Amino acid sequence: MSGLELAGVTVRYGGVTAVRDVSLAVEPGAVLGLIGPNGAGKTSIINAVTGIVGIDTGTIALDGKRIDGIPPHRIARSGIARTYQNIRLFGALDVRTNVGAGAFTQKSRLDDRALRAILARVDLADVDLDAQAAAISYGDQRRLEIARALAAEPTVILLDEPAAGMNPVETARLTGIIRTLAASGIGMLLIEHDMTLVRAACDAVVVLNFGEVIARGTPAAIAVDPLVVEAYLGTDAQSA
Amino acid sequence: MILFFTSHSKLFDQLAINALLALSLSVCLQAGQLALAQAAFMGIAAYIGAILAVSAGLPLLPCILIGALGSTLAAMLLALPVRGLRGVFLAIATIGFGEILRIVANNLKLTGGGEGLSQIPADANTFVIYGALVVVAIALFFLSRTKFALAIALTREDETAARGVGVDTAGVRFWTLALGGAIAGIAGVLYAHSNFFITPADFGFGRMEQILVACVIGGSTSALGAVVGSIVLTLLPETIRFLADYREVTNGAILLAVVLFAPQGISGLWRGRRSL
Repeated sequence: MSGLELAGVTVRYGGVTAVRDVSLAVEPGAVLGLIGPNGAGKTSIINAVTGIVGIDTGTIALDGKRIDGIPPHRIARSGIARTYQNIRLFGALDVRTNVGAGAFTQKSRLDDRALRAILARVDLADVDLDAQAAAISYGDQRRLEIARALAAEPTVILLDEPAAGMNPVETARLTGIIRTLAASGIGMLLIEHDMTLVRAACDAVVVLNFGEVIARGTPAAIAVDPLVVEAYLGTDAQSA
Repeated sequence: MILFFTSHSKLFDQLAINALLALSLSVCLQAGQLALAQAAFMGIAAYIGAILAVSAGLPLLPCILIGALGSTLAAMLLALPVRGLRGVFLAIATIGFGEILRIVANNLKLTGGGEGLSQIPADANTFVIYGALVVVAIALFFLSRTKFALAIALTREDETAARGVGVDTAGVRFWTLALGGAIAGIAGVLYAHSNFFITPADFGFGRMEQILVACVIGGSTSALGAVVGSIVLTLLPETIRFLADYREVTNGAILLAVVLFAPQGISGLWRGRRSL
């Protein structure tokens, strides 16, 4: 199949099992939400897909080709790009270099027009290309990170809490950006705590708790699932 | 002018050799590697070049090539066990490597022990030394226009993010250390062939500290800054004579001042001014 597919993936850190037997698929043009309480294993899944941590069982494939077990820089070349929970821009370098770095695996360097076109897709068309990445506003940095991911021309983007620290206006703007990117055929795996964004942006949602999938379905169905409510709020809240 | 040049030719030679050494460390620092074995690489090549000239009678050019090859291989060998080390841990391990080599050279018959090697032909004149500096500078200039230079900068800024965009950061770390070893080796052979004799103490921690301070003064992420830093550091004790005996003290004071007031070094001050 096309897109990203995880089958029976388990990740262990020493004796701790962070992810247990997780299977999920991100299809082209679709946004799959990945939610769950802190420590549920969401970021571990992204780290496993990008090769930063190894997997103990299962397989990870992109467009039908296995990518588990190969080094991170080669996974990046295969068409997977990501953003980070704590923004990881090349802070001391300018905006131009940061977006250009996303195209590191491409044959030719991006000229300013190509850079502007990419930045426009994340509503950053007017940003100063010469500005230091660490010096632009927080919300702009979040979107610059998505622009860097886009520059790689990926088939799948993994977004690790892209709305963290954003105000409601910025989050609404981000929702529009994610939907537009999906419409252009990019598949996305979206880790997010902001349920407004999850409801508005995701086609389907997978819920993790203690490393295991406890529910999956449409955002609307997930929101009323008793297991999900319990995982987030505890049993008392459910009976109340 | 000519008189000034001939009476100071030793100093001119020193300037270029120190500039080469600063460049060799700068290559590693630009990739974010605080690898402090440059003096050791310099020493390896200096001894290879000296032994080849003294016992085999080889001319300068093959001495430089074989010496630099030896220091490059040493750098590659060192790169393997330290590949998992970062920051200060890498610094400690590489300083240790240098100290081990210095002690070995102090006790080996081949290297002449603590007495060192003498009778080295002084065939590295000012033109040869500056020729080598120009060749290295041109090579680094062309390197700076390649994709590898971008890979170096990204590895320095954020190794995880660099891998995330497809940079083989392990490769960057390996090859910058090797390139640093090669440049330090060229400097080492030139040093030996312009000094008549060498001892293990020439390539100890004192030398390494000199190279590091030069790079910090100039700006650790700029090759040009490293050269400027080494010039400042080489000329300072000459221009301010009364400081000559307190070299280590002045170096320490300069280092402190730079770290406190201009953490990006001279090149950082320059960049800051331009962007204002």
